[in-house]
Amino acid sequence: MAGPMKMRATTTGGTTEVRVLMTHPMTTAQSGQALHFIQNITVKQNGKAVVEAEISQAVSRNPVFSFRLKGGAKGDKIEVSWLDNKGETNKIETAVA
Amino acid sequence: MTRRSLLAVLGLLLAKPLTVLAAWNEQAFGAKTAADALKSIGATAAAPSKDILIEAPQIAENGAVVPIEISSNIPGTTSIAVVIEKNPFPLAGKFDFKENALPFVKLNVKMGETSDVRVVAVAGGKQFVATREIKVTIGGCGG
Repeated sequence: MAGPMKMRATTTGGTTEVRVLMTHPMTTAQSGQALHFIQNITVKQNGKAVVEAEISQAVSRNPVFSFRLKGGAKGDKIEVSWLDNKGETNKIETAVA
Repeated sequence: MTRRSLLAVLGLLLAKPLTVLAAWNEQAFGAKTAADALKSIGATAAAPSKDILIEAPQIAENGAVVPIEISSNIPGTTSIAVVIEKNPFPLAGKFDFKENALPFVKLNVKMGETSDVRVVAVAGGKQFVATREIKVTIGGCGG
């Protein structure tokens, strides 16, 4: 199941920092569990993709990422979405504070 | 068609309505050596650079959660890839930066054992690489 996400986006000194948490088991096949991990992450600013990431099962359980944007104004809409190897997906949107 | 590729196709069909153009480099992420992973992302002739900064603990007590912060000061950096040399599948992630995104990412990774971590940055079509060793006292690949 796609668990909850949390995100914070703040702008200071001309840089916007986006910190996002995804609830996901990120299991490898090594522990005898099924391989289940996030493969794609997209960060959008006001609807435009700014970061596109591909990741592996080597990313830790319940992944936390930080990204940075040049500029960015209070109220800008930041959206982060993910897609895993089973086709499950989730997203979160927040306004830059 | 193998069962695996059939599953992959089915997975793509199921995922399609939910995503737009999501691509995952199966060859690069499936590579079992750092050399093969680097080859799959086209980074065989990367030039060493001091302008790629890797911040990480020298000794990670818990290999299940190793924080790594990466930034590139190379002008025009559009992509950053993280390769953990001794992991079973070395390529941990590839990040493409567009528009206003700064070439920066902070993430937590699993490391099975002490290993060199290579960061490959692409700027102006050229490849650059920086390497940093992270020591791991308790491996974290069982998660």
